[in-house]
Amino acid sequence: MADATLDAKGLNCPLPILKAKKALKELGNGQTLEILATDPGSVKDFEAFSRTTGNKLLESGEDGGVYRFIIERVV
Amino acid sequence: MMAEGGIDLNNTKKMTIICTKGTLDWAYPPFILGTTAAAMDVEVTMFFTFYGLGLLNKKLDLKVSPLGNPAMEMPMMGMHMGMPNMVGMLPGVTSGATAMMKNMIKKKGVASIEELREAAVLSDVRMIACQMTLDLFEMKKEDMIDDIEIGGAATWMESALQSDINLYM
Repeated sequence: MADATLDAKGLNCPLPILKAKKALKELGNGQTLEILATDPGSVKDFEAFSRTTGNKLLESGEDGGVYRFIIERVV
Repeated sequence: MMAEGGIDLNNTKKMTIICTKGTLDWAYPPFILGTTAAAMDVEVTMFFTFYGLGLLNKKLDLKVSPLGNPAMEMPMMGMHMGMPNMVGMLPGVTSGATAMMKNMIKKKGVASIEELREAAVLSDVRMIACQMTLDLFEMKKEDMIDDIEIGGAATWMESALQSDINLYM
């Protein structure tokens, strides 16, 4: 179970990333954010976002057109 | 401290974008890249000059014109329709195309320019309005959003010299 969930379904680039950044700011070190998105581009984008910001992408998957990511905040 | 991928977290990356266009279609690239870079911990400076200056107006009324935009196609009745320049010249075509584009933007969950600009303000993107353009077009700082600076080419240059990425749009 993640510490927080962000529903970014129906939103297009760059909104899922911008909203995820905002949601991560509310979390403490080591806490996790679950993100749900329907933008297929978000798969590559969350990989790049995590690598660049130093946050950890723990999970990335797809189920019925909904992409699900778990990111751990690293401060 | 090094993050995965060899990014040095103590050395903040910097980027500048020069924004020179004021149409709806040209407003997107600088605001998308600027806000995304800010979300990825990049220090962003946007310099608004010539028609790009209009993007700082409190009240935005951006349009997209098919005229002189020969590659512009819109999905219509299951196909993609191009717009010959002759048609783009007709009265009402620009406002029609603008309405259609705004409708598509909403339907596809694409952010509005107002939303992206608000995100830029909230993520501390530095926005500089060009002094020379203000004078040239007789525009007032009071008509523009708060949280902007006024500056000139040298103000941009100082940021650009310290930046990893400088874009002109």
